[in-house]
Amino acid sequence: MNALQVHVEGIGLWSPQLADFDALRAVLDGGAVTPWGGRPAASLLPSNERRRAPESVLLAIEVAGQAVAMSGRQAASLGSVFASAHGDQTITDYMCSTLAQQPHALSPTRFHNSVHNAPAGYWSIATGCHAASTSVCAQYQSFGAALLEAISQLLTAQAPLLLVCSDTATGPPLREVTGCRESFGSALVLAPRAGPSSLARLDVQLGREPVVSELPEPLASWRAGNASAAALPLLAMLARGNGRCTVAASDRSHLQIDMESII
Amino acid sequence: MPLPMTPLAITAYTASSALGCGLAAQLDSLSAAHSGLRPNDFSSAPLDCWIGRVDGVETCTLPATLTAWSCRNNQLAWLGLQQDGFLDRVAAARTRYGADRIALLLGTSTASIGATEEAYRRLDADGGFPDDMLRPAIHAPHSLTAFVGAALKLEGPCLTVSTACSSSAKVFASAARMLQLGLIDAAVVGGVDSLCDSVLFGFNALELVSRSRCRPFDAARDGISIGEAAGFALLERVEQAPEAPRLIGYGESSDAHHMSTPHPEGLGAELALHEALARAGVDAAQVDYLNLHGTASQKNDAVEAALVNRCFPAHTRASSTKGFTGHTLGAAGIVETVIALLAIEHGLIPGNLGSDCADPDCGPSFAWRNEWQPVSVALSNSFGFGGNNACLAFARGEVAA
Repeated sequence: MNALQVHVEGIGLWSPQLADFDALRAVLDGGAVTPWGGRPAASLLPSNERRRAPESVLLAIEVAGQAVAMSGRQAASLGSVFASAHGDQTITDYMCSTLAQQPHALSPTRFHNSVHNAPAGYWSIATGCHAASTSVCAQYQSFGAALLEAISQLLTAQAPLLLVCSDTATGPPLREVTGCRESFGSALVLAPRAGPSSLARLDVQLGREPVVSELPEPLASWRAGNASAAALPLLAMLARGNGRCTVAASDRSHLQIDMESII
Repeated sequence: MPLPMTPLAITAYTASSALGCGLAAQLDSLSAAHSGLRPNDFSSAPLDCWIGRVDGVETCTLPATLTAWSCRNNQLAWLGLQQDGFLDRVAAARTRYGADRIALLLGTSTASIGATEEAYRRLDADGGFPDDMLRPAIHAPHSLTAFVGAALKLEGPCLTVSTACSSSAKVFASAARMLQLGLIDAAVVGGVDSLCDSVLFGFNALELVSRSRCRPFDAARDGISIGEAAGFALLERVEQAPEAPRLIGYGESSDAHHMSTPHPEGLGAELALHEALARAGVDAAQVDYLNLHGTASQKNDAVEAALVNRCFPAHTRASSTKGFTGHTLGAAGIVETVIALLAIEHGLIPGNLGSDCADPDCGPSFAWRNEWQPVSVALSNSFGFGGNNACLAFARGEVAA
């Protein structure tokens, strides 16, 4: 099968150590990692929504906003794929605790924020976007599986698309089974054709077995602490400006991605 | 608007719901206008409402090699997979194409969150999950798809779509795209959602649950009845089975309006409908049957009735089947796809069960009682929280070119 070819136009990134994609570049260039903490700004959300929105929504909207701003595209024009391995674990913890103790006290707002497509819903409302939006997961392979879905959508529609993959940190007891120690989110604006805002061309091939690229520290630790940080091999390659990487697309397959820099 | 799509053959399909397990049970209850809803007998502190519960889930045991996946949702999935020879049809496709050329794309709203709820009810003295619940894979929203992938021994693209109540409609669109690109030769699509406290108490907190049997499009409707279901379909290229019913179109959109109420003018729903019709290459007037989302919530039904009135002629027949099955949430798309396919296969337009006093805003398209007439083109609407809309179009084998 021929490689699937897509162009990267925008990159968003947020973790407690990385405010944006430039911060990852600085780390890869040998800069010190400085935890800067704070909540994702998610400045695209109206301030009242920003106060009420759960952290999973803030994280997804922060990285989505960064990527769309870099691309120069109108957010309302983009279809989207939002991925998360575990959804909003803070809400899962709240709901399961409440249901175990006082089920009738369950908060209606927290319930509607618990749907896996809550970040996509907030995003479409904040940006006035009526385009199709898909919210997906594939546990530890959520990023690769979502990237394949995103490529499949944008190549068949021949239109640019926003891909977001993010998971928030959680505490015990849920952390025992999700392994999410630190929040991590990334986003890409991808386009079917080269254009004035293209940063890189990616040639993507689906292969057998869940092969994944090795990563240097601290990236390897970050990847081990959040399922959505499985995007790091691709993000690091984009930061370096060339190369090849692999990410798992399921527990039986991977995507091999070759990059050609355009700028 | 998109260009017409290459139709796909639906070479096998099945559903299990409150109406029973398998196609014959669905068809029998639909034909007899018999609801599967019952007074709520689920959970230790049942809410005063009606539910669509599947019999036999608790006693369905997974094969020995798959017992680590045991939980209500995966047991319902396994029960569903065993109906209508579906396992054999997938095995034959696996032999024909190779396991890595078949995608597995399933929709679910809450997957096996019921297992996580149970773990929280039985926390250890130290506050951790009990040992028997320390199974990370069943506490992830991908649990259903990963389990079904293991059960069907599929090795192609494997993805869970979770867009609330449009989930198992949207998987048809994902499959169509992957087939169009040649990434795969076939796809198993579908979805499963099972009863759990999260959805029963959650929808109750939103004051969306009826105390009585749900009454879609009734003047006095007062909320949904929650159901559970499993359904699956096998999609292949039309050349493989020219006589099989076909997926001829799909449409997807976002309301961009509100997290838990639909756009008041049905803007997103209408966008999805027109996109599905454009891909199908048919006019609204060519649609024989439209299976509505029709949840029996005040707002959904008002918006959807207006959509039917303004987009379809009277000879297009429309009904909600939530009065039969309850609202099966993330499984609604596949359950109602199966009902649309049964309509095509058997010429049965299921009546809008549950309404004794029609909302006067419902126009002449509404089929309040069962009607028997040939159905060549059928649509299914599925709308979810977050303003996520999907519309699927199906046709009889010999209709689409």
